Amino acid sequence: MSTPTLPASLDDATRDDASLRRFLHGLPGVDQVGVEARAASLATRSIKKAAKLWAINTAISMVDLTTLEGADTRGKVRALAAKAKRPDPDHPDTPQVAAVCVYPDLAATAVENLKGTGIGVASVATAFPSGRSNRTAKLADVALAVESGASEVDMVIDRGAFLEGRYGQVFEEIQAVKAACGDAHLKVILETGELATYDNVRRASWLALLAGGDFIKTSTGKVSPAATLPVTHVMLQAVRDWFTSTGELRGVKPAGGIRTTKDAIRYLVAVHEVAGEQWLTRKLFRFGASSLLNDLILQRRTQLDGHYSGPDYVTVD
Amino acid sequence: MAVFDYAPAPESRDLANLKPSYRPFINGEFVDGSGEPLKTINPATEEVLAEVGTASLSDVDTAVKAARRAYEKVWGPMPGAERAKYLFRIARLIQERSRELAVLESLDNGKPIKESRDSDLPIAAAHFFYHAGWADKLDYAGFGPDPKPLGVAGQIIPWNFPLLMLAWKIAPALATGNTVVLKPAETTPLTALVFAEICQQAGLPPGVVNILPGAGDVGQLLVRHLDIDKIAFTGSTEVGKLIQREVAGTSKRLTLELGGKAANIVFDDAPLDQAVEGVVNGIFFNQGHVCCAGSRLLVQESIVDEVMDKLRYRVSTMRIGDPLDKNTDIGAINSATQLTKIRELVEAGEAEGAHRWTSSCPVPERGFFFAPTVFSDVHQSMRIAREEIFGPVLSVLTFRTPSEAVTKANNTPYGLSAGIWSEKGSRILSVANKLRAGVVWANTFNRFDPAAPFGGYQESGFGREGGRIGLEGYLSV
Repeated sequence: MSTPTLPASLDDATRDDASLRRFLHGLPGVDQVGVEARAASLATRSIKKAAKLWAINTAISMVDLTTLEGADTRGKVRALAAKAKRPDPDHPDTPQVAAVCVYPDLAATAVENLKGTGIGVASVATAFPSGRSNRTAKLADVALAVESGASEVDMVIDRGAFLEGRYGQVFEEIQAVKAACGDAHLKVILETGELATYDNVRRASWLALLAGGDFIKTSTGKVSPAATLPVTHVMLQAVRDWFTSTGELRGVKPAGGIRTTKDAIRYLVAVHEVAGEQWLTRKLFRFGASSLLNDLILQRRTQLDGHYSGPDYVTVD
Repeated sequence: MAVFDYAPAPESRDLANLKPSYRPFINGEFVDGSGEPLKTINPATEEVLAEVGTASLSDVDTAVKAARRAYEKVWGPMPGAERAKYLFRIARLIQERSRELAVLESLDNGKPIKESRDSDLPIAAAHFFYHAGWADKLDYAGFGPDPKPLGVAGQIIPWNFPLLMLAWKIAPALATGNTVVLKPAETTPLTALVFAEICQQAGLPPGVVNILPGAGDVGQLLVRHLDIDKIAFTGSTEVGKLIQREVAGTSKRLTLELGGKAANIVFDDAPLDQAVEGVVNGIFFNQGHVCCAGSRLLVQESIVDEVMDKLRYRVSTMRIGDPLDKNTDIGAINSATQLTKIRELVEAGEAEGAHRWTSSCPVPERGFFFAPTVFSDVHQSMRIAREEIFGPVLSVLTFRTPSEAVTKANNTPYGLSAGIWSEKGSRILSVANKLRAGVVWANTFNRFDPAAPFGGYQESGFGREGGRIGLEGYLSV
């Protein structure tokens, strides 16, 4: 079960189920009141002028523009791809988003429409969003995504197994998916709204990092609450601690419920001050969002034009 | 250059409605004090903010007479329910004028606007609301039927939380039917004088609240005045001792809230990230100008490296600078005198062999600033482990067992506050019971609530402020 690059102490943690359990339960606890107070306090940072424009541009470049509906069609995905390439047609200097995020059966359409742009295609997989299927079906889902050309795979963990304490099973499943991903980047969705406690979020974060996830992601967007600032704080702390003990940089992706520029900037402040400025890149931080992009564009225009634009001046796809 | 460089986000200085001069408030009116006027400065820029009239012996006498008259004729006999109305009105006016007061407080004191806005002002208003609620319920406060006020209270407050300390003093005194003569600190008189305007706005009867700016000599006149029934002092242990000597052999009642050297104890089963956060809040809140600051960090030896790494990283993200900037975490040291004292103790720490680490954050060239500093390898015998520094300087010591932690925490002449960080409830309760400190926080630090009594042991003073028990200091019981 071990990954060869890990330092000995972490390597031991994954030796068997019992070691994994001891390790995860030995992590320092998270004090709910404390982490929520810290998140609320950092959220009062006032980001103005040049710093605000920088933050808006950076946030746009970190968006995984997402559509995950039963009603998704190739047409919808094509429209989204066009939006990803040119978020604001009136301002061609607007940065492109990081990726487009779709269901696996539409990954091929997204790939086709984003060819040569440098914009990634992320596909959810592993019986998203519930993850309630067998390993074979989950890996087949991943295979479909990868064969369609997805450059990033967003998997969900088996929350049932995690909550039952079967950490080894969750760990192996992430490893198996990672292996099936090949060159594609793996984002591991913890679905923090179902894990319920910050202690669980920390344990699941470490579990995903130990198993080789490139990113840890808060939510599917299908469960409420989705991403919250305090949960993201706990996950940012986990990737920072991971870096401290291994020297490896892993990413974080809050997803669901982030709709306004104000919110996005609060997340960037948290990235900056909790994890560190190294994480302020789309390689290590993403926003899973659909409506956020238009608000970022509106606020970007306000910064550049000196006045607000109405919602009719941004494209709705 | 930093990747994400926050642009300056200053709160508007105009909100403070700063006036060129301020005058003492006696018997419901602003009057020319006959003392030598003082100049109060902005510690972040060293510029003069305003000239402030001060009180002389005759002004103290006039103020005490006005307070006595108000006590006997109006405030003392007034039913509690009526007094409550004034206190509620004052509380609401503090809220209404809170932006103005917050900016003024940051200008005069040097504390970051984030703190004056989010801590000082809301808690000050909360103290008036809380005590307004007690005014008509004193029969049920556990001091027997119809407890009587003391009379005229002389109150002397420090510069670290100018308006908040005023609220801690005036709210309970007025709720219980006393009248007051209050002396704000020499370096931070402005918000107290705006509070006097609020008393006028609230229609508070003349003489119930009198504010006399001035230095220690005005305080001494108050302490020695024969017609004062009670002295309440918050400030240094040194001055507290002088005051206690002065009132010995008189009928004056006394409460003292003095210095501290609080231990913040981090056990190996603590929620580490939040513990680090609490340690930072414990010592760097208000530039460490907090009598209950967690200035001695006691860390269990088995986790000291991890805690120190996290602590240094966290402190390195703190922003020091313009107190009016909304993103400033650490503002200016209140005065040149205090800055000198901090520097002297830090030098002593280095000379005694402790390991100094200071954040490399940029520090403004003008004004009184001191970058956040953490000393490790500190031992009980060093001055930085025993003396109150009253600045952004943390001393880190280690312990091996819970009983050693308790012994070290209690090994101080002070005893104002302490903090315990552990996820184990039984450990928190057992250690809290053994700590000789008036306030013990568990998994948090520097949390203040008007309903929670505050006060110390030994050289940290006596008497409690806040809560039901805080009323006792102003009642004849």
